[in-house]
Amino acid sequence: MITKLDSKIPSGPLESKWDRHRFSERLVSPNNKRKLTVIVVGTGLAGASAASTLGQLGYQVECFCFHDSPRRAHSIAAQGGINAAKNYQDDGDSVGRLFYDTIKGGDFRSREANVYRLAQISGQIIDQCVALGIPFAREYGGQLANRSFGGVQVSRTFYCRGQTGQQLLLGAYSALCWQIERGQVTMRPRTEMLDLIVVDGQARGIVVRDLVTGRISIHTAHVVVLATGGYSNVYYLSTNASGSNVTATYRAWKQGAAFANPCFTQIHPTAIPPSDAYQAKLTLMSESLRNDGRLWVPKMLGDIRAPRDISEGERDYFLERRYPRFGNLAPRDIASRAVKAVCDEGRGVGPNGHGVYLDFAGVVEQQGLDVVSERYGNLFEMYHRITGEDAYHAPMRIYPAPHYTMGGLWVDYNLMSTIPGLFVIGEANFADHGANRLGASSLMQGLGDGYFILPYTIGHYLATAKLPPVTEDHAEAREAHHRVLNRMARLLAAKGRRTAASFHRKLGSLLWNYCGMSRNETGLKLALSSIPTLREEFWRDVVVPGTGDSFNQELEYAGRVADYLEFAELLCHDAWHRQESCGAHFREEYQTGDGEPKRDDARFSHVAAWEYREGASPILHKEPLAFEFVQPTTRSYQ
Amino acid sequence: MRFTLNIWRQNGPNENGRFISYEAYDVSPRMSFLEMLDGVNQGLVANGEEPVAFEHDCREGICGSCSLVIDGIPHGPDRGITTCQLYMRRFPDGAIITIEPWRAAAFPIVKDLVVDRSALDRVMQAGGYVSVNTGGAVDGNALLIGKDQAETAMDAASCIGCGACVAACKNASAMLFVAAKVSHLALLPQGKPERTGRVTAMIEAMDREGFGSCGNQYECEAVCPKRISVRFIATLNREYRRAGIVESALPNASESPHAESV
Repeated sequence: MITKLDSKIPSGPLESKWDRHRFSERLVSPNNKRKLTVIVVGTGLAGASAASTLGQLGYQVECFCFHDSPRRAHSIAAQGGINAAKNYQDDGDSVGRLFYDTIKGGDFRSREANVYRLAQISGQIIDQCVALGIPFAREYGGQLANRSFGGVQVSRTFYCRGQTGQQLLLGAYSALCWQIERGQVTMRPRTEMLDLIVVDGQARGIVVRDLVTGRISIHTAHVVVLATGGYSNVYYLSTNASGSNVTATYRAWKQGAAFANPCFTQIHPTAIPPSDAYQAKLTLMSESLRNDGRLWVPKMLGDIRAPRDISEGERDYFLERRYPRFGNLAPRDIASRAVKAVCDEGRGVGPNGHGVYLDFAGVVEQQGLDVVSERYGNLFEMYHRITGEDAYHAPMRIYPAPHYTMGGLWVDYNLMSTIPGLFVIGEANFADHGANRLGASSLMQGLGDGYFILPYTIGHYLATAKLPPVTEDHAEAREAHHRVLNRMARLLAAKGRRTAASFHRKLGSLLWNYCGMSRNETGLKLALSSIPTLREEFWRDVVVPGTGDSFNQELEYAGRVADYLEFAELLCHDAWHRQESCGAHFREEYQTGDGEPKRDDARFSHVAAWEYREGASPILHKEPLAFEFVQPTTRSYQ
Repeated sequence: MRFTLNIWRQNGPNENGRFISYEAYDVSPRMSFLEMLDGVNQGLVANGEEPVAFEHDCREGICGSCSLVIDGIPHGPDRGITTCQLYMRRFPDGAIITIEPWRAAAFPIVKDLVVDRSALDRVMQAGGYVSVNTGGAVDGNALLIGKDQAETAMDAASCIGCGACVAACKNASAMLFVAAKVSHLALLPQGKPERTGRVTAMIEAMDREGFGSCGNQYECEAVCPKRISVRFIATLNREYRRAGIVESALPNASESPHAESV
């Protein structure tokens, strides 16, 4: 039972909270660190940076990932960059401004103290990455280069071409390799976490499946860290990798960890539109394209002429019209909704009308084909490869796609969940982005959590908690082991006729339609009543070929789909409860006359943390958000 | 569109494998190669048969998971892309397509088209890093790095670790993979302190894992989805030669793989 959510935010001035907190934390002596074991699940930016740093500090780390190598975690796909308040450009940036942009970008639904701390350590993250040999873009004079991103007016984004996530992850992976070589980290690839072991209220281990042999085993430790990423794949089609899933965090939820703000799901405005039913993923076109590309649709309904035959006067540059101050660089949630609005009016372009133009004709004319090609060549090539169309001569067609999840397991200021000893970092937690994340901030948060926050806070827990020995034979460990075995057996026993993917696709379209870019009471009720039916059908009619004691990708996937079928309900509960529009969460009932979201601070200035109850609706706990240092205002980019 | 697929199927590392023929119907030219395989697998699963195992994750050419030899060429007929970025419009309707796993002694088969590439991780663990502790790093602009140098380091660092270079090489050499990491770090001031020990340790690890030697055929460059140049193999050879000279001048260098260079 969760009695009270204690965020453990230190009192006193914002600027010195983290410094004072670190000083007041207890430390573990080097001799004792050797005797303490830490489980880290996931090897993305957060997991790899945490595992390597904890290993380097002297803890015995056991690190798990479901990929064949820790280097393949989905952080690798982040394109654009990483923010830091270095103010190398001398354009007015500061820790305070990064803090304010992030709080405002998140529509005042995140904690001041967490966000301020993130802005404070952002510079250190860049220094650390440079020290690891990450080849950031440089100016001719040898200094680090920067670019700008949506929702801000300074250039604070550091980047490595369009592969920033790859380079940062390979940096963290290399640090992990060093610790594996030193014997401080034991790496277990191709191993998937399937349950959490809680002993006397403390997280003390996990149950995993070896994906090659199928063997289910118990791993115990003094503390468990989850760095298992987000759940955008609940929508079936998203920009996430096909393996990204909610299973680890969802199973932790069922063991008592509160899940916060699950309805805050970011829909990225610029992805290549879905074309057919077979499609397995949506490909993102970097936000940087909106620096020069202009979004438009025909003014006239049902105008099916080729884009070049539609004259300037007959075009609606809807972002520039609605948000003149930020124009095409409006934040992601706002741009996505504007795209949806024009498509809903019937002015969308391309097959099914699910698309708008992203047009580079203006910049090509002004600056020449060469300049555009140098800046965006790789993206135009990617677009051409996927669609077979040439974006240099006709505008791209783009449409929003699920991309990132701000919601996640609830954590306090120390990144610990409501289960003592269960820490959650990176996208898997809910902490820093509020109701909408700004571009280039997820890399900052993942590495901030792993390199600079968790290594401090975990020490205090280990120094102060009573942690009696727990072995594989402990009753709770056996119990968790049984839960996993039973579930595997149940999946393999269902010899129906339909594939797991067919259920996943159906769930995805249900969520996309009723709990996607905009939500309303009727739709959410419909989704909430349809999901249990779909879940029943799944268990009755799914087919999983093969056996449990071998390499079986279909079994892995079916298990993840089964969790989505439960988790989707939690997501809709949260969206139903939040009767306001804020950030990425847009409730149609709460909007102004011109379609702008109406936030309700009096009723909803809180984090919604949900507690699991077996066989009943989840219980809502509220953590009020106190704004001591900034005044929540209407978030306007007009 | 419609295709005949000859797919390598093998239950495990110690079992015999063989080609099995499958028909792919109703394929759209807009499908990716992996989506086409998804379709075949959906049909198999719905019939209660085991689907063809193959690796995939990001499906946008960056994670390095996908690994198919298509008609004899790792990642298929086009240059500079991974299998997941290959689209069916590239193939003539009715074509017969042969699909095999990466074949190399250092990459044992896990199942069907899935191989074990952990040898590459072990080569990285031997020295593919800069040994710096978290915290205490100097300001990012404290060491200036020229744009050209940074760009060349980035060219090398863009390796996705897919192993196509090994699969394409008749010696199953991992020289391009090792060269990319050694060059990336040798080009940057941060990599300099461990430069000597790194190249030696990584080459030794590469040999230990059973990868062959470079035969200068450049097949690796031709199939590399990130178009990493074989020039870096020249850099690797130079670094290795240099390490031999520097190491012989250091009394205890062989005892410490990460010894500082002079």
